[in-house]
Amino acid sequence: MTTDDFHVRFNRVQKSYDGVTLVVKDLNLNIGKGEFVTMLGPSGSGKTTCLMMLAGFEAPTQGEIVFNGRPINNIPPHKRGIGMVFQNYALFPHMTVAENLAFPLQVRRMSKSETAQKVRRALDMVQMGEFGDRYPAQLSGGQQQRIALVRALVFDPELVLMDEPLGALDKQLREKMQYEIRHIHEQLGVTVVYVTHDQSEALTMSDRIAVFNDGVIQQLASPNDLYERPENSFVAQFIGENNELNGTVVSLNDGIAQVTLDNGEQVFALAVTVEEPDKPALLSIRPERVVINPDETGAAHTIEGHVHELIYLGDHIRCRMTVGGNEQFIVKVPNAANNRRLVVGEHVRVGWTAEDCRAFATLQ
Amino acid sequence: MVEQAASGTNLRKKLQRTVRRKKIEAVGLTTPLFCVMLIFYFVPIGLMFYRSIDNSQMREILPATAKAIQQWDGEGLPGEPAYAAMVADMKHAYPNRTLARAGRRLNFDLVGFYSLLLKSGRKVSRLGGPPYKAALIKLDKKWGDPRYWKVLKRGLKNTTLIYLLAALDFRYNDNNRIVGVPDNQAIYRSIIARTIYISLSVTLLCLVIGFPIAYYMATATPRTRNILMILLLLVFWTSLLVRTLSWIVVLQKKGVVNSLLLSSGLVSHPLNLVFNRIGVYIAMTHVLLPFMVLPLYSVMRGIPPHYVRAARSLGATSIVAFIRVYIPQTKAGIGAGSLIVFIQALGYYITPALVGGPKDQMLSYFVAFFVNERVNWSMASALGVMLLVLTGSFYLIFGRRVGITNIKLG
Ligand SMILES: Nc1ncnc2c1ncn2[C@@H]1O[C@H](COP(=O)(O)OP(=O)(O)OP(=O)(O)O)[C@@H](O)[C@H]1O
Ligand SMILES: [Mg+2]
Repeated sequence: MTTDDFHVRFNRVQKSYDGVTLVVKDLNLNIGKGEFVTMLGPSGSGKTTCLMMLAGFEAPTQGEIVFNGRPINNIPPHKRGIGMVFQNYALFPHMTVAENLAFPLQVRRMSKSETAQKVRRALDMVQMGEFGDRYPAQLSGGQQQRIALVRALVFDPELVLMDEPLGALDKQLREKMQYEIRHIHEQLGVTVVYVTHDQSEALTMSDRIAVFNDGVIQQLASPNDLYERPENSFVAQFIGENNELNGTVVSLNDGIAQVTLDNGEQVFALAVTVEEPDKPALLSIRPERVVINPDETGAAHTIEGHVHELIYLGDHIRCRMTVGGNEQFIVKVPNAANNRRLVVGEHVRVGWTAEDCRAFATLQ
Repeated sequence: MVEQAASGTNLRKKLQRTVRRKKIEAVGLTTPLFCVMLIFYFVPIGLMFYRSIDNSQMREILPATAKAIQQWDGEGLPGEPAYAAMVADMKHAYPNRTLARAGRRLNFDLVGFYSLLLKSGRKVSRLGGPPYKAALIKLDKKWGDPRYWKVLKRGLKNTTLIYLLAALDFRYNDNNRIVGVPDNQAIYRSIIARTIYISLSVTLLCLVIGFPIAYYMATATPRTRNILMILLLLVFWTSLLVRTLSWIVVLQKKGVVNSLLLSSGLVSHPLNLVFNRIGVYIAMTHVLLPFMVLPLYSVMRGIPPHYVRAARSLGATSIVAFIRVYIPQTKAGIGAGSLIVFIQALGYYITPALVGGPKDQMLSYFVAFFVNERVNWSMASALGVMLLVLTGSFYLIFGRRVGITNIKLG
């Protein structure tokens, strides 16, 4: 793929609101046609700002945004033809649902009959055919959300931006809508740039996820890669649950680092960003990858664990223990028939494969 | 069962007790306000209504006639008792100088009554004993004209509609029918129309000037917004009189505006900007502008920017987005501001009186005119009633529609 094949391209984009701090620092992001890309990150990390620059409501301080092979820095929002779903829906309160949907078609001077037909089809797409004459205030949150969604799609844009569209909905409805958005995306083949700070939402919906922090993309990868192979400690901590252990690198061998933990125990870990011995390192292990009392064949090594707390969660048991000096070390023990029951206060051996434990360089 | 029912009534009693206490508190807190409203608002308005139809003065001046004339059926001429009572009343009222007042009032209905009463009053003491009917008719043959007696019968009732009718250019004709006054005497309907016209024009001017100001205030930075707000509220800190008089200074023939226009060569003769309709529009618009800007601003502050952004992202140019998405959402503010300005303008008196010409005076001016110059409280009250009815009906018709109760100032 050459750079021109990308549908959207952020090229060294910077943004500052006050001329002092950079809210977005050197953003490079390529999005393919028909892709579902999610921007995920903590509050204030610049996600909305990026979306606003793409939609044309904010101008980049530096750099270039390319859409369909054309730089769009100087194109006003209404000529970009980019659909947008706002967090609070922004349905026009003085127009009925049908009028809201007709609005983008009317401003494009589409004929009356074609407009009516498209509005009808859009309503049917979200199973809301009989709601055309209602005002937005007469709809539930989920229904408003659906209308906002189809309003952004009714004029057939090639790119749709969504800024935390499900933020105001309850958990169940959110999951239902995630499925529906995903479904519509597949059906229409539009490119979607989606913003959320809910990681499970990002993981279930996206083709690729851009993890934002502090105005920089920390990692851009598929959900799978992001979860399994975080490239730095921020991503490892931000995505999913992680146990952290501090130590010092002893030796590096074939991409595997031998690390001495702060309490003196020795473990092996996959060297992700550690490059030389004698440097401090942060190890990160997923709770479900830790094995209790492993038979020595599977795990590279075992270390001591002291059980503090057990929480029964049905399909698994959540166990808090001290491992390698970390008192908040969590292990998820599958609730399998052949697993021995743990007891609080008990000392056990825990282990993991070197590949499941990722070592990052720290700046100490 | 029984126990449950008992505790049920108990509960209800407890609830009633707490509700009653709340009610007493509420009444206690609002009583002062209510008293003030009663004394300074409802009582005067009630008195005004009463004054506009009150006719008891006439019955005090001609008490015997008032009683006697009730027996008359209104056909032809009344009998001897009415004539006798009239003679007795005139004998009493003429020296007391109240007869002229009655005459003036009756002249309202039938021209000639004033002179008839004065002439008869002067001569009535020279009349001999009864019967008086023939004697009076001999004294002045108008006493033999049934029209005068009909007017008298109507004029001696407890209440009268003549003032309210007069305020709408209507009167009773000789046959007790309500008819319009001749065109050359009709003035009040055109004054009411003029009052509405000036108020509407001022409302429109306020809207056209106030909308951009409110919009700018709603979108400006907090600092600019505060400065604008102070400038706007400055108007409230100077007295109405001072503001109006300063417009005279600014707009007169040798005033600031005319000197600027002359020296810049835009005009060759000074313009007439004051003591005419233009002056009224300028001064009233200036005085009433804040009442338009504040509700508009308050509504605009509540419109989040994402609506216009959404419209833009859907393909609307900024102008289309403004017209189709922004302005409709300011409707409540436009309605409330317009209604407040319009209703206040309807009652304006000082400003048009000072900066307007004779053809620019509004209804209130004539209320004051009848109080101060004619000392005719009845006519003043009747015009006041017209103004109140006018204002009230505009409020009722449009106030509901614009949801004026939803608007908070500031
Ligand atoms: N209009 C603005 N003027 C000045 N600063 C702004 C403006 N909008 C955003 N910022 C700042 O830019 C930074 C990034 O904001 P942005 O809205 O992009 O964050 P976000 O990632 O969308 O966060 P959230 O998840 O809370 O929505 C924040 O520090 C914010 O204070
Ligand atoms: Mg945001």
